[in-house]
Amino acid sequence: MQKMLAVDPEKCTGCRLCETSCSIYNEKTCTPEKARIRVTKWENEGIYIPMVCQQCDIPICESVCPMHAIKRDSNTQALVIDKELCVGCRLCMQFCPFGGIGVDDETKKIIKCDLCNGEPICVKFCQPMALQYVDANTLNTRKRRAAAKRFSDILKKMLATI
Amino acid sequence: MVQKRKIAYINLTTKKLSQKAMPKKIRTMYIGGRGIDMYMLYNHLKPKIDPLSPQNVLLVGAGLLGGIPCLGSGRCDIAAKSPLTGAVGDSNIGGFFAPELRFTGFDHLAITGKAEKPVYLLVKNDEIEIKEASHLWGKDTFETQTIIRKDQDDENIKSLVIGVAGENLVKFANILTGMKNSAGRTGMGCVMGSKNLKAIAARGTTPLEFAHPDRLLEYCRQMNDMITSTRWSKAQSRWGTMIIYSNTNTTGLIRTRNFQLNRLEEGQDLEPENIDRYSIGTSGCYGCAVHCRHRYVLREGPHAPLYGEGPEYTSLGAFGTMIDCRKMETILVANHLVNKYGVDTLETGGLIAWAMELYEKGILNDKMTDGLKLEWGNEEALYEMITNIAHRKGFGNTLADGFKKAIAKIGNGSEYYAIQVKGMSNLHSDERPTPSFALGIATSTRGADHLRSRPAIDMYGLPEDLLEEVYGGPVASEYNSYYGKPRMVWWQERLYAVTDSIGLCKFQTVFCSVHAPQWKEFSKLIQLATGVEISETQLMEIGERIYTIERLFNLREGFSRKDDNLPERYFKEPTPIGLPVAKNKKIDREKFSKMLDEYYKLHGWGNDGIPTAGTLKKLGLDKEPSNLI
Ligand code: SF4
Ligand code: SF4
Repeated sequence: MQKMLAVDPEKCTGCRLCETSCSIYNEKTCTPEKARIRVTKWENEGIYIPMVCQQCDIPICESVCPMHAIKRDSNTQALVIDKELCVGCRLCMQFCPFGGIGVDDETKKIIKCDLCNGEPICVKFCQPMALQYVDANTLNTRKRRAAAKRFSDILKKMLATI
Repeated sequence: MVQKRKIAYINLTTKKLSQKAMPKKIRTMYIGGRGIDMYMLYNHLKPKIDPLSPQNVLLVGAGLLGGIPCLGSGRCDIAAKSPLTGAVGDSNIGGFFAPELRFTGFDHLAITGKAEKPVYLLVKNDEIEIKEASHLWGKDTFETQTIIRKDQDDENIKSLVIGVAGENLVKFANILTGMKNSAGRTGMGCVMGSKNLKAIAARGTTPLEFAHPDRLLEYCRQMNDMITSTRWSKAQSRWGTMIIYSNTNTTGLIRTRNFQLNRLEEGQDLEPENIDRYSIGTSGCYGCAVHCRHRYVLREGPHAPLYGEGPEYTSLGAFGTMIDCRKMETILVANHLVNKYGVDTLETGGLIAWAMELYEKGILNDKMTDGLKLEWGNEEALYEMITNIAHRKGFGNTLADGFKKAIAKIGNGSEYYAIQVKGMSNLHSDERPTPSFALGIATSTRGADHLRSRPAIDMYGLPEDLLEEVYGGPVASEYNSYYGKPRMVWWQERLYAVTDSIGLCKFQTVFCSVHAPQWKEFSKLIQLATGVEISETQLMEIGERIYTIERLFNLREGFSRKDDNLPERYFKEPTPIGLPVAKNKKIDREKFSKMLDEYYKLHGWGNDGIPTAGTLKKLGLDKEPSNLI
């Protein structure tokens, strides 16, 4: 089964280690503006949501790109930009429903997560494991169990009060 | 790279703005953050100026390593002459401001003068604007940040702000960023208020460059692993600094009822695990893998709904043990109030606890407190006092001036009950059983304080050969002992001075864990990030230089050996309860004095606490002020 970059906002502490490590890895400078993953925050309510490309199965970005500059990497299954072909029209950015695509202000070209060749740096830096690079099925099993646990807790409570 | 970083000078009276590249000499002598702030504090101020006059300078300094992906690299140092103590004013703040400032291209801001009307500073990449802030005046710290973001239509702006306490010139008003990160101590928010400066907002997109980005990234990952594998950091990730409470309260190392007891009996509700009732998760500062604070929500009760962050161990004492309030909920509400108004949690709690003891002793009465019953455990009185201090209302106005002035005003033997040094309140820790801690609060350059030097690992009773290896000389293993403790304090002072200057979090160096990154790792990080080689020994010397220039500042302001002292009660009243290691302990005056001699000697200062000519020369301080920046 193909691995995916899974985000669990409930575990995110908002530290921005993901953004920072991403930008140093990809840009060789610390420039969160150019990080492929960004943490969106509602600071006054304590909500932190890391946003990153979902590497969709039916990618809108790929289908709207007039230059066919977005292609799937056969190895990681990530959607990667061919910088030579990209003309910076930003159609992909406008259509992506997750804000997964950014623009490099200097080169005017598109930047997006390419899963670091199968070893995402952000995952290595995310201490609370809000980011994980896992098999999609395993992830689903885990999620199912977590949800079932909540359900079973409620059931247990109900039974105890009867 | 490091040589490209800039410093901006802002005069709020003349509205003159200028900037300068940071000279390399200053970097290699003082590094950044606190070090450079201290250099400028000593250089920019004429002796004996009024801290609330336009002459005072507000210094904002990002650490040299601000922005790297490890060890909580979001720290920012804020300095000025303290309106609370008249000594070095200096406070270090976490959160996300410092890296954002660095993304603008500036590392340091030096703000003087006084604006005619309320203003705020907007630092955006290379540009600095003085903006009108009448609409922000009177707003709380959270609203202020939200409005600035709305006004500028930019959610990514990070601001340092003051609340109403800073506007009202409460002497211990703080500066806040986010929901709780504060430059809490020494009244830096009061200095901002005196300048009519409501906020400093930063937003930058300039790349931060590094000498060896790939190696730095890998080394940062190792650093995060190193810190998160320590037991201390694991506990802190889960419960925050509150974890300290369990141990210190059981042992009997916590001030209770101001200074009458050293343990809060039936204080179970303040145990850290009770935060789980309110927590929705933890939160970290920029670049932090430890994430030491909780995000909490109060869903029920008269104060609901309320969202806050923390509380720190400090607040458990300030609004719990010291005033004998035994409910977690009280702590959460009070913590939220001080953050919203922008007052230092510790100073506020310390003053209220003192007032409660005075009330009990009859030195204060209902008439003097405007009818407020300042009785132990009275949480409603606590909330009202906090609010009144921030608004300078009634008796709150007296406390808002801090210990020095309040003692002068109340008189009547009130000084004896004040647990303060150099005019600043002590934490709720009781240092009578721990001479190393006691020496540290007495010698701290900013008044009673645990973050200047506390050798917290002294609590572990580590083997003496290990202690000798760390501290470079013999140190007793027992924390009750006086032997070698000056050396510990001296070592930690230098380490913390450097930590505050490179801009990393103190919890991620040798604070509570002996296996945390320190000199060697700092030296390597500096080399990988900036390409500049500064050896471990050189770093220690830089720490010494920073601490000594702080000392010079205080001496110039009239402080001397007599001010490196403890409250009288430490010598007179033995601790009444606790485990055998903590019970029936007081500080021996003679031994304390000997520790002080030894401590001065290690620093290369005379017996009067004045650095010798030789020491100044060695540290390159013999020609100060040198006015390089
Ligand atoms: S590194 Fe992890 S915890 Fe930190 S902001 Fe990113 S996703 Fe959240
Ligand atoms: S340990 Fe706490 S104070 Fe230090 S950087 Fe992390 S969250 Fe901030």
